[in-house]
Amino acid sequence: MSSTATVAAPRPVAAHHAEPTGLWSWITTVDHKRIGIMYGVTAFVWFLVAGIEALMIRVQLFVPNNHFVSAETYNSLFTMHALTMIFGALMPLTAAFFNFIVPLQVGARDVAFPRLNALSYWLFLFGGIFLNVGWVFKAAPDAGWFAYAPLTIEAWAPGLHMDFYVLGLQVLGLSSIIASLNFIITIINLRAPGMRLMRMPIFTWMTLITSVLIVTAMAVFTIAITELMFDRVFGTNFFNTVDAGADPLLWQHLFWMFGHPEVYILIIPIMGMVSEVLPTFSRKPLFGYNVMVFSGVLIGWLGWGVWSHHMFATGMGPIADSFFALSTMLIAIPTGIKIFNWLGTIYGGSVRFTTAMLFSVGFIAMFTIGGISGVMHSSAPSDLQQTDTYFVVAHIHYVFFGGTVMGLWSAMYYWYPKVFGRLLDEKMGKAHFWLTMVGMNLTFFPMHFVGMFGMPRRTWTYGPEQGFTIWNQVETIGSFIIALATLIFAVNLFTAWKRGRVAGPNPWGAATLEWSIPSPPPVYNFREIPVVHSRMPLWEGDPTKAAGIPHGRAEEETEQVTLGGAALAEVGDVHDENKMSAHDLGIHLPPPSFWPIVLAFGITLIFVGLIFRQLTGAMHSLWYLMIAGVAITVLSIYAWAFEPGH
Amino acid sequence: MDSSHALADHAAHPAHIDTSTGLDSRKMAFWTFIGSECLLFGSLIATYMAYKGRSLKPPYPHDVTINGVAHEGVLNIPLTSFSTFILLMSSVAMVFALYNVQRGDRKWAAFWLFATAFGGSIFLGCQVFEFTEFYHNGLTLKSNLFGSTFFVLTGFHGAHVTVGIIYLITLGVMTMRGRIGPERTLNVEIAGLYWHFVDVIWIVIFPLVYLIP
Repeated sequence: MSSTATVAAPRPVAAHHAEPTGLWSWITTVDHKRIGIMYGVTAFVWFLVAGIEALMIRVQLFVPNNHFVSAETYNSLFTMHALTMIFGALMPLTAAFFNFIVPLQVGARDVAFPRLNALSYWLFLFGGIFLNVGWVFKAAPDAGWFAYAPLTIEAWAPGLHMDFYVLGLQVLGLSSIIASLNFIITIINLRAPGMRLMRMPIFTWMTLITSVLIVTAMAVFTIAITELMFDRVFGTNFFNTVDAGADPLLWQHLFWMFGHPEVYILIIPIMGMVSEVLPTFSRKPLFGYNVMVFSGVLIGWLGWGVWSHHMFATGMGPIADSFFALSTMLIAIPTGIKIFNWLGTIYGGSVRFTTAMLFSVGFIAMFTIGGISGVMHSSAPSDLQQTDTYFVVAHIHYVFFGGTVMGLWSAMYYWYPKVFGRLLDEKMGKAHFWLTMVGMNLTFFPMHFVGMFGMPRRTWTYGPEQGFTIWNQVETIGSFIIALATLIFAVNLFTAWKRGRVAGPNPWGAATLEWSIPSPPPVYNFREIPVVHSRMPLWEGDPTKAAGIPHGRAEEETEQVTLGGAALAEVGDVHDENKMSAHDLGIHLPPPSFWPIVLAFGITLIFVGLIFRQLTGAMHSLWYLMIAGVAITVLSIYAWAFEPGH
Repeated sequence: MDSSHALADHAAHPAHIDTSTGLDSRKMAFWTFIGSECLLFGSLIATYMAYKGRSLKPPYPHDVTINGVAHEGVLNIPLTSFSTFILLMSSVAMVFALYNVQRGDRKWAAFWLFATAFGGSIFLGCQVFEFTEFYHNGLTLKSNLFGSTFFVLTGFHGAHVTVGIIYLITLGVMTMRGRIGPERTLNVEIAGLYWHFVDVIWIVIFPLVYLIP
């Protein structure tokens, strides 16, 4: 099965145009493509770290009454596995694609605020390290990623564990909010001429929806952890139920008001990625584009009205339970529409099963399983049976692994050639896919069974007489198959970087703007800003594929077409183009800046100053680090504002 | 943060690409930021409202009689009404500042920017005085639910006012030195957006915390 349609003439990938190289150029870069690559690499490292934590959990559960890790370490392991996966790996991996692909898809030369973009990356890097430093002090967060207060206030969670949680996540949350502000403006304001909202690629649309969710939901979370931080550091009473009469449900409401949109923050971008991959390899436009956009918006909107379905077990009463059960079930409608539209896209197409396509099809199947178990516990009586059992673990892993990770890997195979100019190996890719598919189902499907048998989640071991042993062993074997698949993937990513087959500008024959420029794209992206006439600009000249792509009004059809069949051939002449620097072409790009990393350092220092207050006793404090952090922050904000050239 | 502009201005082709919507990116980003801020303040206000009247022990915000014992409320409503009035008036000064920047009247633009910052400082001074008074009356972050929610909510707002004052003074100095003229009105306009937002939030907080018992 041939995987590629067109392969351009070989060319040296490394001999790039006059672009600065070296460590300093990466530290000071404001180029969205480099920042995207840094996001991707860092997030992949966190993915491996969180994966190793998961493997340790699986080893611990391989036999009953195991003592591979202690109960305390186990608490830290499942907490850090979740936090690192969600905030360190999955969100930033989607951010990597937002960074690299979205400006290319909308036909822009960079994001709206390049230095802010660099700031979000550095905050993400420092925040992720900060969160994990807990391991060094044997004080990694250990109360679950949901960190239910009052269990996490000083009285019930002494030590620094949860301080790393509240302060580390402040930094990571700030990073997400800043990045999302940037993407919202980039998408709304930097679109190429002619690209109306309803002509935007679907991935760009889903990025916009996700960014709006992050800007709003993350703000609620910021306040939740600020209140918890005040409780822990300054002794306030927000969650002090015993002495001050605080409400034990306050944290749960605030947390899940963020936590549920967060689930959509992790899946909506993936829906966009899959909606790019499926049409490309089916040689058909996306089925029902408009409905896909509107169901995305609807999922994001409804995502705000369902948070209390995580709290059925708290006894909110029949009215609240009914409301949140119904609103949760409603979400199945737009999600179902999306699934049928994906199938409709494949139906009747000339399908090529490349690795990217396989992962996308795998995504549809696995995500549907996760979605259906989700509908099962949207019903409050049913949920009461499933709360805190492995059934829920099975559900979230079908959504996050079968959904988010499968979709991310699909996007990785799809866009890797654009990012590095070389194709990932398809043989290794197929091994990666099938092992992942088998491994994840072995790992997560039996969790439905043990969950129904009553195995509680977040418990470090189980007894031999409980009947969980055999399924747990299957799960552990499955998890190591996933590990093997991931290893193959890592090798593939690494070797293809230098030795993969040269991709050319559009190896898949895809339709959106990012494929109209060389791979890897020159620093200025587009030599000329393209003029867009339809949703699928690169398929315009092709009557078989373009059938069904809605075009603009008749008068616009007479405008000069700068992209399409003929123009694509010119773009193929990458040699010539890459020799031209931005300066030669008279394109002004923002100069590099080191203030983003300095500012990120200052902000992180403020939070570090808060955490070490009680490392060696109550009065010992490193408050001066906070002062230093504030000083660096203020200084770099001024230096930033007055930096010439920006 | 001018880069979006720079990118657009220097784009070779086509001749005119400003922004897709015709709105400046920085202004739009600021509105989005304000949207996020609404959720931040909204969550704090929601917490305050959820805990309103649920403190187990004094000091209480308003005069109240519990189990036959009369407690005097700590809130000083006349003082805060005064500082609220000053804060609102500083928003008027902000409007004058922007008007004069647009007209290119440097002297008056700087005057009104400093006047706005001065109004903010009076508000902040009243808040510092109020916090100190409360502390002496035994209301701290730790004393009860009211103390925690009140100090964190109004303190968060006070922090915003502080940032705004520094922001305005910076702009005032820049205006005096001739670095902000009519061509850079947007810098002052964005500061104005921020300042008005901080005001509007106070208009929500003031009745909820001070006026409604």
